[in-house]
Amino acid sequence: MWQIDEDALESISIGAGILGTGGGGNPYIGMLRARELVRANGPVNVLGLEELPDDSRVICVGGMGAPTVGIEKVRGTESYRAVRAIEKHTGERATSLISGEIGGSNSLEPVIPASLARLPVVDGDGMGRAFPELQMTTFFIYGIPPTPTAVCDEKGNTAIVEDAVSPTWVERMARAVTIVMGCAPVFAFAPMSAADVRRTAIPGTLSLAKSLGDAVRRAQREKQDPIEAILATVPGRVLFQGKIVDVERRTTEGFARGRVTIDGMDGDAGAQLVVDFQNENLVAHRDSDVIVTVPDLICIVDAERGEPITTELLRYGFRVSVLGFPAPPLLKTPEALAVVGPQAFGYEAAYVPLEP
Amino acid sequence: MSGAVARAARLTEDTDAMRVGVDVGGTNTDAVLMAGHRVVRKTKTATTPDVTSGIVRALEGVLAEGRKSGIQAVMLGTTHFTNALLEGRGLARTAVFRLCGPSTRLLPPFCDWPDGLRAAVGGHDYLLPGGHEFDGREISAFDNAALRDAAREALTKGVEAVALCGVFSPVNPAHESQAADLLRQEWPELSVTLSSEIGRIGLLERENAAALNAALSRIADRAVEAIRTALADLGLAVPVFFSQNDGTLMDAAYAARYPVLAMSSGPTNSMRGAAFLAGIENAVVVDVGGTSTDVGILVQGFPRAASTAVKLAEVRTNFRMPDLISIALGGGSIMRRDPPAVGPSSVGARITEEAIVFGGETVTATDLAVAAGRAEIGDPARARSLDCELVERGLAEVQRRVEEAVDRVKLTADPLPLVLVGGGSVLLADRLAGASEVLRPEHAEVANAIGAAIAQVGGEVEKVYSLEQVGRLDALAAAKQEAVARAVEAGAQPDSVEVVEVEEVPLTYLPGNATRIRVKAVGELGGRA
Repeated sequence: MWQIDEDALESISIGAGILGTGGGGNPYIGMLRARELVRANGPVNVLGLEELPDDSRVICVGGMGAPTVGIEKVRGTESYRAVRAIEKHTGERATSLISGEIGGSNSLEPVIPASLARLPVVDGDGMGRAFPELQMTTFFIYGIPPTPTAVCDEKGNTAIVEDAVSPTWVERMARAVTIVMGCAPVFAFAPMSAADVRRTAIPGTLSLAKSLGDAVRRAQREKQDPIEAILATVPGRVLFQGKIVDVERRTTEGFARGRVTIDGMDGDAGAQLVVDFQNENLVAHRDSDVIVTVPDLICIVDAERGEPITTELLRYGFRVSVLGFPAPPLLKTPEALAVVGPQAFGYEAAYVPLEP
Repeated sequence: MSGAVARAARLTEDTDAMRVGVDVGGTNTDAVLMAGHRVVRKTKTATTPDVTSGIVRALEGVLAEGRKSGIQAVMLGTTHFTNALLEGRGLARTAVFRLCGPSTRLLPPFCDWPDGLRAAVGGHDYLLPGGHEFDGREISAFDNAALRDAAREALTKGVEAVALCGVFSPVNPAHESQAADLLRQEWPELSVTLSSEIGRIGLLERENAAALNAALSRIADRAVEAIRTALADLGLAVPVFFSQNDGTLMDAAYAARYPVLAMSSGPTNSMRGAAFLAGIENAVVVDVGGTSTDVGILVQGFPRAASTAVKLAEVRTNFRMPDLISIALGGGSIMRRDPPAVGPSSVGARITEEAIVFGGETVTATDLAVAAGRAEIGDPARARSLDCELVERGLAEVQRRVEEAVDRVKLTADPLPLVLVGGGSVLLADRLAGASEVLRPEHAEVANAIGAAIAQVGGEVEKVYSLEQVGRLDALAAAKQEAVARAVEAGAQPDSVEVVEVEEVPLTYLPGNATRIRVKAVGELGGRA
């Protein structure tokens, strides 16, 4: 067991920004919100999957909606209400909280109900990165029932998805409610058992986010190369270094789809990297070859500071490093690839695992 | 030539009227008198503690007898407001009234401010009914009674200035406007700042900017009034304009209301001035001062704006501001022998006593430049006594660090023209890595005042549109129209205003094609003589 204190929040927000592969919500706002509660109530305990008591009831929470709304209509403690709504609906009490995705501000969403309910958070999540839709969590991929799901806004409104024919239908209904609620609600899923979480969650991702952030901060402090520090923490590699020369975006079916084009510099001079994104980075092409696809992680970071640049902040002229990390094993099985592999996002390319 | 620089040049060719540009820096107050794109007179004087008398002296320096009649306008750039914040001097006691209803309450106003500055401005905050959704719907209804109660309580705490910040006020400013009307009507002594008029989407950063602006309101009123009085005393009955952080202008009344928009105008003006003097639109600008060097990049004649959050006096804001790299290296930087290194410490204003060429004992970067024959400053013979290897190594180090900064600001690997300005530019050779050519225009030492003199007026708008409801072309047209209207409000001639920047950002996760559109329009200064 370890604890999330103020210093850990700083590190987690940087690390989760990197693991978010461009999405997951504004890391700075996520850090500030969790900090308010940690300052008021003290550090929050973190339990490893193996430390979960066998009779645990673990509730997964996260924010839904548009990151651009999240930086304006900043979320509050709604995820605590979402947890209470699920408890009321199921008649069960949560014993710990877990994050739906370790990316961006969503990595720290469980800290808010955990702090208010004086419960621990679980060192793991349902994606090991960030993905755009609810059915893409490993919990649902590996058969945890997706209902009931609660969606709460800041006004006091709660919607419960009582029944759904598939996790995808939970996403569709919750998305419709999200828009009505003004695009910055939170969700909570039905309680899971310790065995369920151990079987389906991506383990150790809060620790990983913290280690990543620690490494970046240490490198910044000591004027070392933050990119090297990241790669020394998570096995992966520099896919490309260069400057952004074009960002093309279009909105289709409620998502920001687009591509960023990066002209190579230094060792990559003369080459070009194109990264396609749907909220999160999906596929990287070097010249005409596909070199990395979902579910492997494609992370764009500031070349100087090693800090993550989320997809909506990508802009012409940025000097960036593009990093690739192999996806966790739970995202690479046939049943996972059917939901989060390149073909699930409309690409013809088959998944070829990235070698670190 | 096309774009901003060309328009500025045409304007000055079009008219016989002259302009005066003034830059009030921490050390020097510079002024230039310009006719067309010709510098008629220029002067450098020491900045005075009261600021105004330094400005008067600089103006007297450039205004020869009989010249006052032809002056079109005086344009001013200043770091005065930044210094006031950094020193916590003369700030108004400030409250933030956030119109948010049940939303955003976990992160109250001032939550990410440094304790010292928060205390210096009072740091009172009120969470009130109101606010809007991303699409303009109300989060909760506006409440006159709640606003009155808050104002009464704030007044009992000595509050002099109020920053109003409504959730999504850049999309729908109605609640901020209602609140401002009520406060101004019932408590005219309160200074009121509306966040929707100065910031973009991003609640905390916009609110911070509004609070900084409110805190500066008293100083800004006084400074603007003092400058107007000074001009009247000099017999100059001309409008005064202030440079904004992005190199465009605002009129004096606007500056008095929005001083925070002028906080970073000094470096911007030197970049714009450099662009003008070199007759160039896309270039790297290196401004070498006494203790530091600013390196920035010009795109279409304007400094490129920073992409990440910009901190003003340690407070996070989301202003459009130039993306500059500052390195601690200038003409007064001290050369150390063991190990050989230049800076970061500098003799600063004491250079005329302490540098070798001025009879002192400290080896400065300027001494190295003189020893290498790049400049004739002070007594060059004294510099010849310096060890050749030391001179070479020192200048190579200066060169390397500037080249590194140039590389960091550049957009592409292609070499770009590089414009060198500032008194310390003699430190650098005529060939720099990454530069296709090195330009040292005449009058480079007063580039900042020239930048102020040639500035234009701009208007910017940023809103979220549901393109399914409005249609993309209509949304773009509405945004452009509003940007143009804002430029005109800021003092631009209506028929000269052009849209120079359009940015669209689709809002992720939302159907309905919700898109954020940002437009900037720029025009020539109106009210010609």
